[in-house]
Amino acid sequence: MSDQARRIKRGEVRAAARLMRDLDDRVPGAQAVLRELYAAAGRAHVVGITGPAGCGKSTLADQLLEAARKEGQKVGVVAVDPTSHISGGAVLGDRVRMQRHARDPRVFIRSLASRGSLGGLSRSVFDTVTVLDSMGKDLILVETAGVGQDGVKVAGAAHTVLVVLAPGLGDEVQAIKAGVLEIGDIYVVNKGDRSGCEPLLRSLRWALEGKPCEVVKTCARTGAGVGPLFKLIAEHRSALQAGAGWQERSRGMARAAFLERLEAGMKETLSGRLRREKSLQKLQEDLACRRTDPDTAARRALRELIKRGQR
Amino acid sequence: MQRKIRVLIAKPGLDGHDRGAKVVARALRDAGMEVIYTGIRQTPEAIASAAVQEGVDFVGLSSLSGAHNHLFPRVVSLLRKLGAREVQVFGGGVIPAADVPRLKKAGVREIFPPGTSTQDIVGWLLRAARKARP
Repeated sequence: MSDQARRIKRGEVRAAARLMRDLDDRVPGAQAVLRELYAAAGRAHVVGITGPAGCGKSTLADQLLEAARKEGQKVGVVAVDPTSHISGGAVLGDRVRMQRHARDPRVFIRSLASRGSLGGLSRSVFDTVTVLDSMGKDLILVETAGVGQDGVKVAGAAHTVLVVLAPGLGDEVQAIKAGVLEIGDIYVVNKGDRSGCEPLLRSLRWALEGKPCEVVKTCARTGAGVGPLFKLIAEHRSALQAGAGWQERSRGMARAAFLERLEAGMKETLSGRLRREKSLQKLQEDLACRRTDPDTAARRALRELIKRGQR
Repeated sequence: MQRKIRVLIAKPGLDGHDRGAKVVARALRDAGMEVIYTGIRQTPEAIASAAVQEGVDFVGLSSLSGAHNHLFPRVVSLLRKLGAREVQVFGGGVIPAADVPRLKKAGVREIFPPGTSTQDIVGWLLRAARKARP
């Protein structure tokens, strides 16, 4: 085992932070270190926190951190914010709400920019979680960037999914649309001190009737309701572990990470070949002049790519 | 492979507002950097610890209250203590020119006085990053 991998397993913050950075920047050799860690990882309880921008995800994460620390758990946080499509830069501000835990040696908070990934996650979320897991964290909170109705990717990245909503972000019809309302294990109506919570709770309960999930109210700013929520999260973990659920979710997470990598690799290979290969360039030219249509062109390109890929 | 430049922007001390720090954060974002923003009233300990966890290349400190002579060098020395020597610290805010040599001697790489354009800060960061990772 490499020195860096050993240091990470001992829980060394700096070694872990550097590997996370190298993974995110895709430095050659970084994946080799992760490979050494991967087999022994998979012990931590990964909890996804998703919901629209401004619903209080970071503040809630801060409160859950506090609750977990009171129980002596070691906690990791991965907080994703969006990358600018124009500049490629990002302002990552989730940490502001959690800074009171910055000096706690048993807490590790990492901000990630989405770097082009959709659905509220970053390509590096899976890798970052693996590193935190290898450090021996008991609980890992994955906070997504603010998502809309189809930000469901976090479901493949966590054992337990919290969907956070707040009053004033839409009428009750929003609650019966597909998307985030199909992935939550626990639904949290946050900003519980504001008016409009009760109707939102009612319509949520109605929309989710018969589904195996919980609906709770919190006020992350004051901490009201966080205790019961934390208990529900622990109960969900126990329930998963009592049956086949834990295994199933873990398999789903591995598969999601694999697909993410596969898709990224394919996209890269594809765009490179589309740029380089003459016949594919011609195809795009034909398409531009409407000598062919998108579907036909795509099928032809696919045939060509697979044919030549096998050679 | 192209490394993103990661910068932690923090306000140590008791300043009540952070408009300047936010302007800088936005400018760095628009220059393609990833900026981790930590908010006001941070202790040097919390700043250094966050910088290590976030794996940043730079820490930008802003101070308006006059405590920079104590706070900026403290962040530098804490980073060293945590083994993060490669993290470069720069500063801005209300800092008299007379204090700059002392701060630089303490390990602060650059000080941007009031009136500095954000483009100058961006330019300095790009050059310093290139020098650190050729």
